[in-house]
Amino acid sequence: MALVLNEEQLMLKDAAAGFLQEKASVAALRALRDSRDEAGYSKELWQEMADMGWAGIAIPEAYGGLDYGYIGLGIVLEQMGRNLSVSPLQSSVLVAATAIALGGSEAQKQAMLPAIASGETIVTLALQEGPHHAPHRTAATATAAGDGYLITGRKVMVADAHVADTLIVVARVAGEAGDSEGLGLFLVDREAAGVTTERVIMVDSRNSGTVTLDSVQVSADQVLGSLDTGSAVLQQVLDVANIGLSAELLGLCLESFERTMEYLKDRKQFGAAIGTFQGLQHRAAEMYAELELAKSIVVRSLQAIDAEDEKLSLLASACKAKVSQVAARVSNEAIQMHGGIGMTDEFDIGFFIKRARVAQQTFGDQSYHLDRYASLSAF
Amino acid sequence: MFKLPLGEGELSPSRPYSQLERNLSVSDLEQFRLETREWLEANCPAAMRTPERGDDDQYWGGRNPEISHPDQKVWADRMGEKGWTTPEWPAEYGGGGLDQDEAKVLRQEMSRIGARTPLHSFGISMLGPALLLYGNEAQKQEHIPKIVRGEIRWCQGYSEPGAGSDLASLQTRAEDQGDHYLVNGSKVWTSYADKADWIFCLTRTDNTGTKHEGISFLLFDMASEGVTTKPILLISGYSPFCETFFDDVKVPKENLMGEEGKGWTIAKYLLTHERAMISGFGHSSGKKSLSQNAVELIGLDANGKLDEPVLRQSLAQLELDAMVFGHTMSRVTDEAKAAQGLGEAASIFKYYGTELNKRRFELMLSVYGEQGLAWEGDAYDNGKLPRAWLRTKANSIEGGTSEIQLNIIAKRVLGLPS
Repeated sequence: MALVLNEEQLMLKDAAAGFLQEKASVAALRALRDSRDEAGYSKELWQEMADMGWAGIAIPEAYGGLDYGYIGLGIVLEQMGRNLSVSPLQSSVLVAATAIALGGSEAQKQAMLPAIASGETIVTLALQEGPHHAPHRTAATATAAGDGYLITGRKVMVADAHVADTLIVVARVAGEAGDSEGLGLFLVDREAAGVTTERVIMVDSRNSGTVTLDSVQVSADQVLGSLDTGSAVLQQVLDVANIGLSAELLGLCLESFERTMEYLKDRKQFGAAIGTFQGLQHRAAEMYAELELAKSIVVRSLQAIDAEDEKLSLLASACKAKVSQVAARVSNEAIQMHGGIGMTDEFDIGFFIKRARVAQQTFGDQSYHLDRYASLSAF
Repeated sequence: MFKLPLGEGELSPSRPYSQLERNLSVSDLEQFRLETREWLEANCPAAMRTPERGDDDQYWGGRNPEISHPDQKVWADRMGEKGWTTPEWPAEYGGGGLDQDEAKVLRQEMSRIGARTPLHSFGISMLGPALLLYGNEAQKQEHIPKIVRGEIRWCQGYSEPGAGSDLASLQTRAEDQGDHYLVNGSKVWTSYADKADWIFCLTRTDNTGTKHEGISFLLFDMASEGVTTKPILLISGYSPFCETFFDDVKVPKENLMGEEGKGWTIAKYLLTHERAMISGFGHSSGKKSLSQNAVELIGLDANGKLDEPVLRQSLAQLELDAMVFGHTMSRVTDEAKAAQGLGEAASIFKYYGTELNKRRFELMLSVYGEQGLAWEGDAYDNGKLPRAWLRTKANSIEGGTSEIQLNIIAKRVLGLPS
């Protein structure tokens, strides 16, 4: 498949860019942060996005979506990265809706996907338990009890935990912590007895949260799909999620790089624009090269999701590793090249490095994915 | 899942010498594939379907061709006769006259049977495209067919002892003597000058303007009186480059390409082709990956990971970057085909491709260990690996250093001020 966008996709990109620049820019993020907003995102704006179809962009038409594929969702995520727009698009659409679409029963898809697509419900994945992304270390358990299960465990770094209606909880149904198999996915009402959530505000001013599950009772039809396929579905969901996060990171990188280039042209020292100095020019040119590589792996990987490419896992890890490396470099250089003003809260460039680090870490950073890339390449 | 904006058979409007009128349907293309397959089966000698074992197996043609196997010339002659040594060049000058899609089919079919590149040639990779764009009719008629058929081997007279990265400061003089120019001066790093028949050469015809003005692009016979060459022994032990001296060499006026004093434009255009050629050096063909060689030589640990964790990380990074670089070359080609973007990303190819190739060879040394550094002896391939490794050090120097490429990106693409 040609590694380019078609006309419909180019139009979507322009529309998303225009909307987000106007309504969900860095200024909007700053306002949310400074007002210590209860929800941590604008519900009105999220409804507007949902009304435009974004919450259902990759969801099939049969379930109330637009069926633009993940390339469509990736285009919107890239623009959100450029503007540092805050919304439940990552938690509820990129991750949770993908889990339901890939793993859910027909009844679960009918019940939940249209509600996600319309924006009326928010769903999030509760996976992580320790400091790092390490799904095989899952220790939370789901033990059979009567017709259903009892879930016990503690989840951390759950995006939008305190505003979600439903949690997709990953819990061990077989084996022990360290086994990559034996995981089940469960749909759990956030207000169910035994569930407590605590909001955690992250360095990027976004919502995360801690979820404690104390003998939470779930019925058999709250198992997402079947227990046999939980681990496999989770892998696929994480591949898709990492590619989506990479698309967002790419937008973030491009925007901070462009802002930095403008600064190099404007800022004068020693009687000249600092962009005339070769020490900075070469670093800028090297970053440009790395950004061109990042663009290529993002579009290739997004297309691979839609094409159900058999190399999806390899591409997903390649994508997240490469884009995270580029994000680390570009966001660090953005601060360094801006000099003192880049260190001030008043100037916007600092917001980019903060968001970059969180998105890099979510579902595995460059080290995790470079290692996985090597393992998947059989060495 | 998604419909592409342009059909697969769509042609780029930006290519100067393609047959734009022809837009083949899929079935025409499949017919072409069948005919091509049949022709290659009948005409590609079996020996030319084996991998090249080294530089000696490359066929460069010329008046006195060097061959390691008699079928090299048979294969090159047959392909040259059909114009398929230069598939996309116009048929009127002996080229293949194929469009982009047909040329792709030809490449695929050649690769299917493991056919060797029939003819290696600076005439093809560098001079030809410039000649087709800037040469006059007589020059095209005279030179292009001989390039296609590999009858004349060309070399490039660019760098001088005092003009390396600052190429435009070149001082080789060409004095107007009425019906001819009198050329005096010297060139350096002239690849295979000692084996070449003709040279395309940057000379100074005027010293009064800026350094970019007054440069003229001359074509002349290396057998002319006053031309001498002297190979330079390199750190690899090979001598692919020469010093080339011009002592009162008479070059007929009609051998001026383009306008007198306007040679810099041609020089730059030609450099883009040279850089494209060099950035392709790092492409490893369908051979086993370096990481798989490493697994065989080093082994795996209990977790199935290469038993040298630090080397494993470097290998993963190299193979990741190489894969993503490959996707970038494809993306830029696809964007050009769909007329999207400005093609600026191509500016990274020479820089990134050569740096990648250097990294690859450094890691090959790590993977093959101390044995990989043996310089002589049949058991060690007579130092093929260390010689090739040393050769890669020139990749980021020749055709514009990496630093020059970064300057170009900073100024022309990023618009950073001078």
